[in-house]
Amino acid sequence: MIKAHGGKLINRIAEGKEREQLESLAPSLPKLTLNDRETADLEMIAIGAMSPLEGFMGREDYLSVLDLKRLAKGLPWTIPVVLAVKEGDGDEFVEGNQIALVESDGEILAVMDLEEKYGVDKQQEASKVLLTNDDAHPGVRYLDTIIGTYLGGTISLLKRPQHNRFENFRLDPKETRVLFKAKGWETIVAFQTRNPIHRAHEYLQKCALEIVDGLLVHPLVGETQKGDIPAEIRMECYKILFENYYPSTRTALSIFPAAMRYAGPREAVFHALVRKNYGCSHFIVGRDHAGVGSYYGTYDAHYIFAEFDRYEIDITPMFFDHSFFCKKCGNMASSKTCSHGSEDHVFLSGTKVRAMLAEGKMPPPEFTRPEVAELLMSFYKDQ
Amino acid sequence: MKENRVTIKIPRPLYRRIAEIIEESGFSSPTDFIVYVLRDLVGATAAAETNNDTFSQEELSGIRQKLKNLGYLE
Repeated sequence: MIKAHGGKLINRIAEGKEREQLESLAPSLPKLTLNDRETADLEMIAIGAMSPLEGFMGREDYLSVLDLKRLAKGLPWTIPVVLAVKEGDGDEFVEGNQIALVESDGEILAVMDLEEKYGVDKQQEASKVLLTNDDAHPGVRYLDTIIGTYLGGTISLLKRPQHNRFENFRLDPKETRVLFKAKGWETIVAFQTRNPIHRAHEYLQKCALEIVDGLLVHPLVGETQKGDIPAEIRMECYKILFENYYPSTRTALSIFPAAMRYAGPREAVFHALVRKNYGCSHFIVGRDHAGVGSYYGTYDAHYIFAEFDRYEIDITPMFFDHSFFCKKCGNMASSKTCSHGSEDHVFLSGTKVRAMLAEGKMPPPEFTRPEVAELLMSFYKDQ
Repeated sequence: MKENRVTIKIPRPLYRRIAEIIEESGFSSPTDFIVYVLRDLVGATAAAETNNDTFSQEELSGIRQKLKNLGYLE
């Protein structure tokens, strides 16, 4: 099975005596309340999903990621994973000491060895990671909500964040790895999504599944922007597809707890590297992966992989062109495999589909499965 | 610019012994031999550290049971 990024699946969940000591110490430490993204990142670091990270990034890694798309030691990594001070300059947080990381309700989640406190230029971060400083970009808006003083250091998780949804679909990297082994899958393709799965997505997944052993549909359920379809509705859509159209011997559905960054090409590489940690050998990259608005080129998320050697990334990206149902071909196809014009293609923009669903109009079955369409119509009707 | 090598001291008799061993071996100096051996050792250690897909029987049973409970495995 594919190795974790950096060669070792990280486990930063405190156990045994270390845990007991930290639990008794933590209440007396200075406390930092995490926002939703940081809470998701904390848990993902602890369970190894962000291997080789063992904590929130220090300055050297942060700057290296911004400038070189690599960690300071050279390993590819494209997204800053950082922890921001919430008020003032964070004078209560002293380098070399420990701090307690807490949820919004005050529950202590982890202890961090504060190795570094450093100021950052958020505009520069936005320019380099999101490729824009436009306030309309959700990632830029997020940066506007935090203070430009970051804390870096190794974390030890004491308690998993509270989850009150998708408990039956929450698998850690070591669990997906055991699952794949138990199923006898050597090669596994992961599909990242934050949208309902329509026929075009289903087509990509099944094309990929034709050449690997198993498919992991891994929908992101962390923080997303307003306007995205809620994760609960999306999960119902995925379940319908799995029950009716996907072979259970070759497919698995589990949630990806990360927050969405909307960093387009950089996030595509990040999504791939993280899925490697979950044990996946292949990763589907479609058009405008992790994009929003028109900030990124349609296939920028394909091109960015060329900046790395294959052995560095290790997980194999599977690039797919724009796909659709072609009436002349009589099947699903893509701009790579179909010679007919757009007049023969059944493709609806997201805006058009939302409008149809809101009006109670059923999109054609060539675009979306009727069971999925009915569920989405019912959601939009209630809006 | 910093020299990218450092000096490590080893007992002189050991150094002499290594010099004897490497005669006509292809190593140009005891230093080359020592670096070769150390790299080999460090590499083996790293490989052992990365082989963490092997769980304890107890942990593996726990994970398999969870996967069964959730319906991922029969």
